[in-house]
Amino acid sequence: MYWITVLVVAIMILSALAVLLLPNLLAAVAASSVVSLALSVVFVIIRAPDVAMTEAAVGAGLSGVILVLALRRLGLWGLGDDNHPRPGDSLQGSGDDA
Amino acid sequence: MRNFTSLLFAGGLGFFLLVLAADLPVGAAPMVAGEGILGQGPEAVGAANLVTAVVLAYRGIDTLGELSILFAAAAGVGLILSGMRRRADQRPDPEGGFILLAAADLLFPLLVIVGLYIVLHGHLTPGGGFQGGVILAAAFFLPLLGRPGDSLNHAVVNWVEGLAGGAFVLIGLWALAVKGDFLAPMLGKGALGSLFSAGTLPLLYIAVGLKVGAEIAGLMSTLQETEAAEP
Repeated sequence: MYWITVLVVAIMILSALAVLLLPNLLAAVAASSVVSLALSVVFVIIRAPDVAMTEAAVGAGLSGVILVLALRRLGLWGLGDDNHPRPGDSLQGSGDDA
Repeated sequence: MRNFTSLLFAGGLGFFLLVLAADLPVGAAPMVAGEGILGQGPEAVGAANLVTAVVLAYRGIDTLGELSILFAAAAGVGLILSGMRRRADQRPDPEGGFILLAAADLLFPLLVIVGLYIVLHGHLTPGGGFQGGVILAAAFFLPLLGRPGDSLNHAVVNWVEGLAGGAFVLIGLWALAVKGDFLAPMLGKGALGSLFSAGTLPLLYIAVGLKVGAEIAGLMSTLQETEAAEP
């Protein structure tokens, strides 16, 4: 159990560093969800299943969705990013109608 | 200079946290109220899940405060974003791919069942109104991810939210009138561990679950309906 805890905490620290260092904002949001997911495992290990469920549902799920929606609202991420055309874009479109 | 100030602040904060952590008896908390609640909670309240007994019976008014905070936050987001609705001439995002659409259809009933189960069994097993409510909100938001043109019926969401919040306060006032304590458990305790036990606690958790679910589903739907900023 000790080494499982060490592993989970190491995952948390590495994902937290990834949030700071990743240049892709969407990947940073995903990494912040991983921090919460690992934290919920820690809560299970210290026998707090109620808090673990809250952390998994709110921290890993809800806050990630809200952060991504906020990125979209701020124009920092769109469905047409990364040079992949969106399904609705015409092939000749300039792709600047996001 | 600014970096240096930030470093100083972070270092100072870390130092204080370490000082606090060094004095913290990890694993052997000095429980004063906790010992009493652990000892008499199951008999006094009748909830097999002691966390629920604390959240709804011993500290029920704190839960009402949490609901008010959540309501204020959701109302603030709605107020700010209400002027930024997608205009009629802007086309919404295209539909999701096959995997997202099929997964949304498949997961919707499962998520609703899991969310309702967690809400209804909040007084027996880990979980409760807040966790189940968030899962319910996720269930109703998932189809919107696949079909961004659709929208939740905000009138229904607001009615569910208002009625659930009102029901929570009314149950509390009912207990105040009968027993003299706001949110005191009512309706008898029942057999410890059965579904119909712990008096009004399951009813309170159903109200909390519906309110949280409606609030968060409405919040995410509002965020999704706002048009993306022009790049």
